[in-house]
Amino acid sequence: MSSLAKSPSLRRYNGRVTRLSLLYAAFLMGAVYAFKHHLVSGPAAWVAAILPALAIVGIFVAIGRYLLEEQDEYLRVLMVRQSLWASGFALTIATIWGFLESFELVGHIESYYVAVLWFGGLGLGACANKLTIGNFGGRGE
Amino acid sequence: MINRLRVLRAERNWSQGDLAAALEVSRQSVNAIETGRYDPSLPLAFRIAELFGLAIEQVFTSPSKEL
Repeated sequence: MSSLAKSPSLRRYNGRVTRLSLLYAAFLMGAVYAFKHHLVSGPAAWVAAILPALAIVGIFVAIGRYLLEEQDEYLRVLMVRQSLWASGFALTIATIWGFLESFELVGHIESYYVAVLWFGGLGLGACANKLTIGNFGGRGE
Repeated sequence: MINRLRVLRAERNWSQGDLAAALEVSRQSVNAIETGRYDPSLPLAFRIAELFGLAIEQVFTSPSKEL
């Protein structure tokens, strides 16, 4: 086990992300089933639709809490750099796609894919960390 | 930032893990500082110097004095 895995704040972060990911899967499957079988309408439909999103928002909050709780300044820097890469990557792709879509050059994509891009950007940031200051950060060595 | 961490560690026969434990940071932090890939904050630099019983400038070389 790496020293990174032993960081108490990182352990808490990993636990929160795991629980939120499971919640997301449960909420999403529940919402898809409920809408497919016309089980929800009115305010209940709003709640069912927004619950999966709240689980994703929870992961953003978990990253923020990790940054506040992490006592190791180097590990904190790794995560900050990853988050900057993620934000830059997601915003860049979303902005370019938005203009292409406005000029009807590409099709419409649901806006929640920005979150998917952001999580992909975290991976890019981890690679950038490894190439520049030697460690992936987050879960990696 | 150039530093003498590796030498100071070797003089005491400490591993990176030993130094990390003494400083209450990760081994990755020690490795990144030792190899000059990460410059520690001033408080951490003081902790490192105090652990070895030295002044900061005896552990770290000022960037303005690096060749």
